[in-house]
Amino acid sequence: MRGTTRTVAVAGISAAALLLAGCGGGSEDNADTPTKTGGDISVEGCSPQNPLIPSNTSETCGGNVLDLITAKLVSYATKDAKPEMDIAESITTSDNQNFEVKLKKGYKFHDGTEVKSKNFVDAWNYAAYFPNGQGASYFFTPFAGYADLQSVDPDEDGPQKAPEPKAKTMSGLKVVDDYTFTIATSEKVSNLPVRLGYTAFSPLPDSFFADPEAYGKKPIGAGPYEFVSLTPDVDIKLKKFADYAGKDAAKPDNITFKIYADDETAYKDLIAGTIDVMEQVPTSALIGEQWKTDLQDRAATKAVAGITHVGFTKSDPRLANVKVRQAISMAVNREEITDKIFNKGRVAATGWVPPGIDGYAAGACGEACTFDAAKAKTTLAEGGGFTGTLEFAYNNDGGHKEWVEATCNQIKTNTGINCVPRPFVDFSTMLKELESRKFNGMFRLGWQMDYPSIENFLAPLYGTDADSNYQDYSSPAFDKLLGDAAADGDPASSNSKYQEAEKLLGTDLPTMPMWYTARQTGWSDKVNTVEVDAFGVPDYGNVTLK
Amino acid sequence: MGKYIVRRLLLMIPVLLGTTFLIYVMVFALPGDPTDNKCGERPCSPAYIAAFRDKYNLDDPLPIQYFKYMGNLLQGDFGTTQRDVPVIDDIIARYPTTLKLALMALVIQVVIGILAGVLSGVRKGKFIDQVVLVSTLFVISVPIFVIGSTSQLVLGLQLGLFPISVPTRDASLFDFVLPAFVLASASVAYIARLTRTNLVDNLRADYVRTAKAKGLTRGRTVGIHTLRNSMIPVITFIGYDLGALLGGSIVTERIFNINGVGGYLFRAIPAQDGVAIVGTVTIAVLIYLLVNLLVDLLYGVLDPRISHE
Repeated sequence: MRGTTRTVAVAGISAAALLLAGCGGGSEDNADTPTKTGGDISVEGCSPQNPLIPSNTSETCGGNVLDLITAKLVSYATKDAKPEMDIAESITTSDNQNFEVKLKKGYKFHDGTEVKSKNFVDAWNYAAYFPNGQGASYFFTPFAGYADLQSVDPDEDGPQKAPEPKAKTMSGLKVVDDYTFTIATSEKVSNLPVRLGYTAFSPLPDSFFADPEAYGKKPIGAGPYEFVSLTPDVDIKLKKFADYAGKDAAKPDNITFKIYADDETAYKDLIAGTIDVMEQVPTSALIGEQWKTDLQDRAATKAVAGITHVGFTKSDPRLANVKVRQAISMAVNREEITDKIFNKGRVAATGWVPPGIDGYAAGACGEACTFDAAKAKTTLAEGGGFTGTLEFAYNNDGGHKEWVEATCNQIKTNTGINCVPRPFVDFSTMLKELESRKFNGMFRLGWQMDYPSIENFLAPLYGTDADSNYQDYSSPAFDKLLGDAAADGDPASSNSKYQEAEKLLGTDLPTMPMWYTARQTGWSDKVNTVEVDAFGVPDYGNVTLK
Repeated sequence: MGKYIVRRLLLMIPVLLGTTFLIYVMVFALPGDPTDNKCGERPCSPAYIAAFRDKYNLDDPLPIQYFKYMGNLLQGDFGTTQRDVPVIDDIIARYPTTLKLALMALVIQVVIGILAGVLSGVRKGKFIDQVVLVSTLFVISVPIFVIGSTSQLVLGLQLGLFPISVPTRDASLFDFVLPAFVLASASVAYIARLTRTNLVDNLRADYVRTAKAKGLTRGRTVGIHTLRNSMIPVITFIGYDLGALLGGSIVTERIFNINGVGGYLFRAIPAQDGVAIVGTVTIAVLIYLLVNLLVDLLYGVLDPRISHE
């Protein structure tokens, strides 16, 4: 959907396994089914929010397009979301802190120049350098020397400008030769290679640095598709890149993203066959499962690696007792809401990590996420009860009103707590209020993962002083488990440490998980079944015509 | 006449200043943050926010922002949108589409509206009059997005007579037929009713009786003598409506995915792209004022008794 976070695919494999695969791309199970390749397809698109620079595009409208244009060190398979070596020949480490990347030879940018080590190092330094104002700069936080490229505005929103950062390049990145470079991180990050498939880690051709503005209008990557044109609010055209060296062979010759202002119009065009693929059918078509009647076998539901949760503010003393939080969580009937409000468009959550992620284990939340009105009442009494009104904050620009009201009503009915929805005009206004720690009560937040790892659902949200830890959760035991897991090179034991950490969340309940996202994708009768990756982005490059 | 035109043109300056200032204040004083949704469902990085605020002078107090903006505007610089495209380029690219749609809608509403109005006016109280009154009442009372979506669903999707959306900027005239009818629908009804009322009034006037007494044919009495006088309020309405049509029709352009000025505004408002909104509205106001000046000048042609000296 418009404005959702750019996300990558889900992992079926962990970091270490990826390292072992460093010796090659691995064997492929591409069964040679005769499919008609070539031809032109048109798909639903939306207007990119920013110029098309990989490190400045962290929303889906531009991201889906850039993903076809760029190639990264690592790519994620559509079918099982397994990370595979793409431009990288190998990524090796002995201590989970110093990595050596070797590149395959022969990868070419669309302008004909070869992809070399410096194209990665320069691109990443550009992305992380504060004055360049790149939206995805935070992806480079783990790299050694990242802090030296940052700068703080002395008067926040005031007229003064932030001073020049200390350095222009990260000390953790070194070019060894044309096809080798090294990465050092400031702490141990065993899953670093898995992260490198995100759009922000794309290499940039030398021409970018001469004129970033021109690049934003005509991006150049090393991916399967070449950028042809962008007519604002009308369409974005891509064509197959003849010299593409990767294995994700592009099937359609031309892909046109047709931009729609209204997804209802796009949906009608999909039914009429004017466009071939629609990433998410409109909400109105979900009612009574109308979309299944309209599209029949030309549609699929896919669970998406994202989660919605409700946080409890630390500053509210009435929520300090874990029993109170448990009672509130037990009072919520998640299935009823996903069925009735989302027309089965979501999946009720039983933990903090969605299924399909490497490291997923069901039921981490335990009975706190199981609806039980009677138990909610007694638990609340054990916790000392709740006086006054409980404010439930949400942003009014994202379609959250209905479910927040329904949840509040359930809490009211099942526990007697006077829950009141508290709308904020938009997402960033709500975040500012949360950041200032002035707000008392509960708040809704969502999380979509950046890279395929259980760690991404835990560390950025619940680590002490982590970026998105709006509930101010701080547990030394939790932090220690995260640290140990990050340093653990063995995927199985690393995951079990992360799972232990997730269980701790079940005991402490800093947030209550609500549901996992799902996506309903449709396609026209001109094309064969469209594969959708674990994040719900259709695999446009592999669409075949009938 | 010349003096009158100059005076009217000079009057546009305070009107333009007033409207741009009001729009500017309203757009930029809106609650919410323009960097919202720019980075997906996650706060933008501090680096991005700092660069963004710097670029659009968001750290300055509002009056200073406005003066900076107006200073650029006077030099013909409408600023750049949040996507780094000069607003004026965006508007120039979109006006031909809106113009095409507006003129088609105008032709439809003038032809059908006046025809229906004359028919029901000369046959007041008869069956045809009832049909016109009931059907116009119906059209006026149904919101335009209902008319738009329903006709799109029935005529576009189910019957396949018209395209559902307008695909490209160089779309054929046929692609615009359905949206133009939808856009014209409400105005057709108003024009029909205005024409009818004025015609009925004027048909009772003394000069019409004189004309009839002179032995003029009915067609000449109604067509030349009465209709010309009855057209003054109708022309006023059409002028006002053309101004509105050229300013872009947000609802219709959204439903049919037309990339005109209305669709542009529709996308710019939720994105809080203030520079784009103010630029578009400024031009729309300017066009509106010019069209209305033209209408006022037309009065003299229609009725020699009205003079601008």
